[in-house]
Amino acid sequence: MSDLARLTIQEARSLLSRGEISSVELTQAVLDRILDLDNAVKAYLTLAPDLALEQAAEADRNRANGGASPLLGIPLAIKDIISLEGLPATCGSRILEDYVPPYSATVVEKLRAAGAVILGKTNTDEFAMGSSTENSAYFTTRNPWDLDRVPGGSSGGSAAAVAAGMALGALGSDTGGSVRQPAALCGVVGIKPTYGRVSRWGLVAFASSLDQIGPLARTVSDAALLLGTIAGYDPRDSTSVDVPVAGYAAALTGDVRGLRIGVPQEYFIAGIQPEVESAVRAAVETLAGLGAEVVDVSLPHTEYALPAYYLIAPAEASANLARFDGMRYGLSLPADDLWETYRRTRGQGFGPEVKRRIMLGTYALSAGYYDAYYLKASQVRTLIRRDFDQALEHCDVLLAPTAPTTAFKVGEIAGDPLQMYLQDIFTLALSLAGLPGLSLPCGFDGEGLPIGLQVMGRAFDEATVLRVAHAYEQATEWHRRAPALDGSEGTRGG
Amino acid sequence: MADYQAIIGMEVHAQLLTRSKMFCGCSADAFGAQPNTNVCPVCLALPGALPVANRRAVEQTVTVGLALNCQINETAVFSRKNYFYPDLPKGYQISMYDFPLCQHGWVEIESPDGAQKRIRIRRVHLEEDTAKSYHMVERTLVDFNRAGLPLIEIVTEPDLRSPEEARQYLMGLRTVLRYLGVSSADMEKGAMRCEANVSLRPAGSDELGTKVEVKNLNSFRAVKQALAYEIERQAEALDAGQRVRQVTMGWSEARGQTVEQRAKEESEDYRYFPEPDLPRLQVAPAWVEELRAALPEMPDVLQKRFVAEYGLSPLEASVLVDDRNVADYFIRTTEAAVERAIPPRIVANWITGDFFRLLKARDGEISDLQITPAALAELIRLVERQEITASSGKTVLEEMAATGRPPGEIVRERRLGQISDQEVLDQIVGELIAAHPEEVATYRAGKETVLQWFMGQVMRATRGKADPQVVLSLLEEKLKP
Ligand SMILES: [Zn+2]
Repeated sequence: MSDLARLTIQEARSLLSRGEISSVELTQAVLDRILDLDNAVKAYLTLAPDLALEQAAEADRNRANGGASPLLGIPLAIKDIISLEGLPATCGSRILEDYVPPYSATVVEKLRAAGAVILGKTNTDEFAMGSSTENSAYFTTRNPWDLDRVPGGSSGGSAAAVAAGMALGALGSDTGGSVRQPAALCGVVGIKPTYGRVSRWGLVAFASSLDQIGPLARTVSDAALLLGTIAGYDPRDSTSVDVPVAGYAAALTGDVRGLRIGVPQEYFIAGIQPEVESAVRAAVETLAGLGAEVVDVSLPHTEYALPAYYLIAPAEASANLARFDGMRYGLSLPADDLWETYRRTRGQGFGPEVKRRIMLGTYALSAGYYDAYYLKASQVRTLIRRDFDQALEHCDVLLAPTAPTTAFKVGEIAGDPLQMYLQDIFTLALSLAGLPGLSLPCGFDGEGLPIGLQVMGRAFDEATVLRVAHAYEQATEWHRRAPALDGSEGTRGG
Repeated sequence: MADYQAIIGMEVHAQLLTRSKMFCGCSADAFGAQPNTNVCPVCLALPGALPVANRRAVEQTVTVGLALNCQINETAVFSRKNYFYPDLPKGYQISMYDFPLCQHGWVEIESPDGAQKRIRIRRVHLEEDTAKSYHMVERTLVDFNRAGLPLIEIVTEPDLRSPEEARQYLMGLRTVLRYLGVSSADMEKGAMRCEANVSLRPAGSDELGTKVEVKNLNSFRAVKQALAYEIERQAEALDAGQRVRQVTMGWSEARGQTVEQRAKEESEDYRYFPEPDLPRLQVAPAWVEELRAALPEMPDVLQKRFVAEYGLSPLEASVLVDDRNVADYFIRTTEAAVERAIPPRIVANWITGDFFRLLKARDGEISDLQITPAALAELIRLVERQEITASSGKTVLEEMAATGRPPGEIVRERRLGQISDQEVLDQIVGELIAAHPEEVATYRAGKETVLQWFMGQVMRATRGKADPQVVLSLLEEKLKP
């Protein structure tokens, strides 16, 4: 029954509820698949098979006693930047190699309360800084569609695990595109919720004003279920917002008639892979055919999103990463004096991209530069938010490519930070605006690599984003394709 | 030495009396706890932990701002102050920078010439305390129990002109903080810490001299001594034609001098920026008005009222308002005393005299004593109406403090209403004997009933309050031939 691992969450739920499979069987099937494939894919940093099977058995007992919580017995993966009590949280960094958090993130508590089984922790670019997992201090995760290629990042481990059937769903975190871009490159669904929609308690901070935890799954319906589970106000996160969580399942009507979809011209620019552009434009036509009204819109400040982001995010990161000083936990390399201890610990603990961003951010906040850089970027951020507000005043959602290209080869642009930063050119602006976005498969390029469609929506209106994505998914077959990792599969059944 | 004017500004940090720390649920009172037991993911800065602002601390800061006549800003922003040190777990301190809670206030102090002087308050804001470092021979240990305690920072404009003014300001500020019940403001225990910046300029000049920061001022005495020393030091430098360097000095109690800690030129850039983990604070004007309405009467206002309404001297009044509990007690006792036709000045005398002595002897707080204001007023009446002697009054006061019993009961039981004072009765008896030589002669001739006649006379003179035993023995003694 190795096919069990390829079930969607909704499929698994109905099999579990009908008693046709047990969570232990399902979890064991996924663990078996991980053992088969993860030597090649390298999605997991930490695997917790004993814990997972124990939780699965508990879920089965719970079900036998009448339990029916929404994720009861569903095996999921967690990005290693999210704290889970008792399991390492390296964040893809040497500086936290031996760090085991003594508490769990709110999202983990919510998943567990909903009955989910946790398989382990997935790879990430160090402290979520990157778009390929090549910045992980441990190894690079491979794209299940082509093992020579990257899965995207920073939540590349979670995206690859879901795409490869090594988890039915996963959590990632998105600061500038870190859920959406790997979802696009791995051909799965990924959501970056509205800033404040999901609690950040327990999420190791990269850029606090941008970070959001989001789900990755193989279908829109699965992603909606995960989002509904983790969303909501949390008194432990002062930036979480007390807006009621909509019943996302009810939003998945398949009907987009009467909705107005905006297509921002700034997202179809030179440098975009032609197959990406044509797939996205075809997706727009599909939705028009389903009855949505399509209008052209403009987000005039889009070109400033990248520079603004690369001032604000590193500035916040430079402070957020200051706590890794070798004094209380994590790597500590004592030297003769305090400053040398700091220098050695941080010098050896952080990788080059993290150091680059700490320096960028420190510079942007320095006396004499603050106004020109950090403050100016904050003003640009306001203008970008205004662009979206204006466009979304008369549009229900906006459609655009998620990433400018399909998955690139490992090492292809690793030496060129700017080229790497451009991977997020279509996701950064939405992050700066704090609005919700979703990526779902909308085609494949000539090499058989998945292409992502980005659906962007109004603040706290994830329901409409999900509704549009779901209607498109229902009208197409892209989500049924699966990577041919073991030669026996090419298309998902059902 | 040329004539210089000292320009002094003060920066005070006081620990707020909240139940929990500034940004987490850990107790704010970890005094005496084992090191690193009063901690959590937030105040240890574990990865992924987030701050949640303490509402009570914000409320207390606004209250202090109101008491210091500040403008309360509708929007305040927490900022990160970035620097590395082992006692700073996050690598930044959450503080307030360009948008503090309170600004542009003032307080009045009494300058040495007796005039009231207004000291402007630049800002009042809220921040978190650091951990405590213990420097050992080989290594340094850090206790995070204190990390994250709420601190209020109060900064003046450079309006102080002498060490004595600085001391006056600090004592006034301490009284205000204690009145509001927001801080113990105990300098010796580190609950109130202060720094000063000092510059000199030639008398009559408007130019600004180079500012020198003086730290480690841990007592009122230290403030006065350190500032005096620093003013002297700068004056000598200027007289010698030298430039005052922009440095941070620390007061060394042992050496009795300020010692250079670091040159300002190499001072750090704290790279302040708005704390993204905390939304900006929106301070509702209606809430501020509620807090304003709930403010207690401030000591300076109270002192003026005591002088104007109760006819106290300014000195007496200032002694009484120094502690809010004493002031409250005085007011309530005065109210009870006025009903008994006793003027407030008498009450003030009692409280600043016998009552304070009693407090000091027992090393207690006013609330520890079991004497109600009405009971004290009654005792004062008994003494004032000469129903008991002043020395009996003291005895009664002590017993009241020990037992909480009403004075009338104690007087009756101990028969203190009777005049048994040897000295008093001795005088009365002596006068009677001197005034009635015939009766004395009759007695000495053997007519002992005359003794009763003398007794009657003493009772008449003392309105029946004389202690018969005492009078009898006095008479017997004095009438003996
Ligand atoms: Zn704490």
